[in-house]
Amino acid sequence: MQAAHFSRISAKGIEVWRGDRRVLAGVSLEAAAGECVHILGPNGSGKTTLLRVVAGLLSPEAGRIECNGQDTRSDRDAWCGSFAYLAHSDGLKPELSARENLAFETGLRRVVRGGEVETALADLGIAHALDRPAATLSAGQRRRVAFARVMLADAPLWLLDEPYTNLDRDGSVLVSAIIGRHLDRGGAALIAAHQPPAIPGHRTRSLELAA
Amino acid sequence: MSRTSFSAAAILVFRRDLLLAQRHWGQVAQPLVFFLMVTTLFPLALSPELAELRRIGPGILWVAALLASLLGLELLFRSDHVDGTLEQMLLAGQPLSLLALAKGVAHWTTCGLPLVLLSPFVATGLGVPFGAMATVMLSLALGTGILSALGAIGSALTLGLRRGSLLLGLLVLPLAMPALIFGARAVDLAIHGDSPRGPLLLLTAMLVLAVTLAPPAIAAALRISAE
Repeated sequence: MQAAHFSRISAKGIEVWRGDRRVLAGVSLEAAAGECVHILGPNGSGKTTLLRVVAGLLSPEAGRIECNGQDTRSDRDAWCGSFAYLAHSDGLKPELSARENLAFETGLRRVVRGGEVETALADLGIAHALDRPAATLSAGQRRRVAFARVMLADAPLWLLDEPYTNLDRDGSVLVSAIIGRHLDRGGAALIAAHQPPAIPGHRTRSLELAA
Repeated sequence: MSRTSFSAAAILVFRRDLLLAQRHWGQVAQPLVFFLMVTTLFPLALSPELAELRRIGPGILWVAALLASLLGLELLFRSDHVDGTLEQMLLAGQPLSLLALAKGVAHWTTCGLPLVLLSPFVATGLGVPFGAMATVMLSLALGTGILSALGAIGSALTLGLRRGSLLLGLLVLPLAMPALIFGARAVDLAIHGDSPRGPLLLLTAMLVLAVTLAPPAIAAALRISAE
């Protein structure tokens, strides 16, 4: 597990403009291994934008992001290997089965051992969806498959954008428990969500973004 | 846990795109049907006379193949962009230009290669003699390869645009003109029994240039479009 090499992620003075609108104005955050930060704020306050900036998908106008004290832009590929990103969209090919989707997306990052995909889906309570095309799964089931991708990435930092969207109560409890186990193993998580995540055994810090 | 090697990642992308094409065979067939239709329409509208057909055949073949392969290009990155898999590919920690190259090769395999395989039948209909078939196929193989590489850059650049297909054509077709000129010339030379070696070598050089320079350009365009 890469978590052993991870100690801290910090973002300092992040400023992002979209056209003539300032989406993020000097936002800073920090999360050490074992910590979870809940990013909240009204719609349009820049929660997704902040996660995309941390992931390196969006370049900020100002500010820097450091992982273990090192600028994440200095080695983009190494940085990408140390986090898993759950975006708004599930990132699944509708024509491929849950197994094929996960084998491909996890396989791009690391060598997948036999049975891993099946175990992850079973942990999320959707073992029966393994060979069904993603197009035939419900929105909640697709969210669970997308979350399985985050689990399988074996990355110490999880960037989760609305992880509870479309999940039923059981699903939310499962996901919270899995995030809790990830934190226990020395991982960290940045969670953008409207509801505060109830992670068993862990207190989450909040970062509120203004509209 | 061991990281996936560059080559294994590229092979994964290539195999996934072939699998997707297999499950969407209608999309693969579209450019082929278009190629067949256009090349059939010309003799009907102009003249079915053999000498006339042989004169215009190389041009028709090449223009039709160019437009047919343009048809499939728009979807090259778009569906990945829409369902979010492209974003995950950007974050896989693998060299994006290599993944883009794998996608380009997969696109050529499902779009360019079938056109090449179909071309002898179409060329026969246009009165191209049997001796020139190898040149027809070779020139189209090189030409569709060039177009896949150039088209992938255009496709990546127009990803975020709502009506990108027109712009894609405007971007790619002017760049493909040299390939069209030399490709049609090679077929013309072969039909008249001359050696097509010169234009074929030039096409090969263009393909090498396109395949070498396109991947970093596609990667840069994808990163811009993903923002």
